[in-house]
Amino acid sequence: MFIKDYISDVYNAVTSLLKGMRTTGGYFIRPKEIITQQYPDNRAQMKLPERFRGEVVMSHDENNEHACTGCTACELACPNATIKIVTKFDTTPEGKKKKALDTFVYHLELCTMCNLCVEACPTSAIKMAQTFEHSVYDRNQLLKKLNNPGSKLRAGVE
Amino acid sequence: MFSLEYITDSIQHWLYSTFNPTMALLLECLIIILLVTAFFGVLGLVLVLMERKVAARMQIRLGPNRVGPKGMLQTTADTIKLMMKEGLTPDGADKFLFNLAPFIVMIAAMLVLAPIAFAKGFQIWDINIGVLYVSAVSSVSVIGILMAGWASNNKYSLLGAMRSGAQIVSYELSAGLSIISIVVLSGSLQISEIIASQQTGWWLFRGHIPVIIAFVIFIIAVTAETNRAPFDLAEAESELTAGFHTEYSGMKFALFFLAEYINIFIVCAIGATLFLGGWMPLHIGHWKGFNHIMDYIPSSVWFLGKTFFLIFLIMWFRWTFPRLRVDQLLSLEWKYLLPISMFNLLLVTLIAIMGWHF
Repeated sequence: MFIKDYISDVYNAVTSLLKGMRTTGGYFIRPKEIITQQYPDNRAQMKLPERFRGEVVMSHDENNEHACTGCTACELACPNATIKIVTKFDTTPEGKKKKALDTFVYHLELCTMCNLCVEACPTSAIKMAQTFEHSVYDRNQLLKKLNNPGSKLRAGVE
Repeated sequence: MFSLEYITDSIQHWLYSTFNPTMALLLECLIIILLVTAFFGVLGLVLVLMERKVAARMQIRLGPNRVGPKGMLQTTADTIKLMMKEGLTPDGADKFLFNLAPFIVMIAAMLVLAPIAFAKGFQIWDINIGVLYVSAVSSVSVIGILMAGWASNNKYSLLGAMRSGAQIVSYELSAGLSIISIVVLSGSLQISEIIASQQTGWWLFRGHIPVIIAFVIFIIAVTAETNRAPFDLAEAESELTAGFHTEYSGMKFALFFLAEYINIFIVCAIGATLFLGGWMPLHIGHWKGFNHIMDYIPSSVWFLGKTFFLIFLIMWFRWTFPRLRVDQLLSLEWKYLLPISMFNLLLVTLIAIMGWHF
């Protein structure tokens, strides 16, 4: 019984080691699978993963309209106070006052790209962009206003 | 046809006809010293680059590719950097032993080079106990490693050196037993005769399964003896920072680093000599035409090809297997490799006595 266990031990060890060597040897003979990106050289054709999180942006359509209602859900979700929503009151055609977005202030220098604001947004107004070359000489340049000047809420978004 | 034997013979003839014998011998020694030193330098550069490239390919990376064409000069740049660096000796260290240790490791590596046949008739010293000499002298390097660990006056260094000692002492046994199985088959300890005995085929193919088992055990044991992953407990960078050479810097560190790669080359050269026929071309039995074509490839190419194949195999191990724990390392040797190689040696002896090999 002992001899049987001993031999099966040796057999299992050898086969599992060979399995590992097959994997690495396979990578060795297939250089096409190399995933290294030579970044500054291939800036033009660089491919980032789909879920790469570079910075928060607000998407605007061709009429310069966004989907942000100014609900501040993102501001509440943000763990380190990166987002500050400034609201204003618009007057609707019926004469009622309605809360709307004035300025979406985004402190890129505080952002950890945790994606919680994007998940919290009920109207999918903000999303994560793929840009990542953020370095500047003055930190004031990292303070961004995400809504374009003159933009307004898209009709039908509540 | 290109032959190193012809070049060495003509140089020797010229030296002995121009100078008196003592002078000629001294000059020959000088030439060998120069050649060996140059060979070590080149080997260090090539092997480190090869290791980094192989590692990169196996981990789906590119590896060094900026210095020189395709990163070829990366190791040269690293060597120049190491030469420029200050060789620091710690205050609490035993200064004499601390500075002596890298040279002992290096000299041990240099000495083992003596009986290795690089090509047909291209051998520094063809002693009649070549294999015994190799296995004896290669263990000297453990003294250097222990010396480095002890003299550093650092707990990590000492732990690394102790592990290295335990490891080399244990794995020497199974490496020795697998070497002996080839000595039994070829009936000689002399390297040139072992190679000559493989005229009709390499021992790996002629000796049936027992020799293949001996070869596998030999490769495992020498991987452990050269302190390489998966047996790199002596360095164990995640546990002991750098093991026995934690306190070394600059050129003294470079000597340890170089000695590691030289040792890999040497053990692979020994493996190639014993199991794959050294410089002997691939001969299959009595196929005259095939054997004749194989003879046209220079013997040095055969030797280096086989050696680099084995080096690649050991690098492949390093970048595939995880490191063993100390107790796993010792139980692998004493519970598995040693009993198997002892039993295997009996089988090989039986084959040799009965003449069952091809």
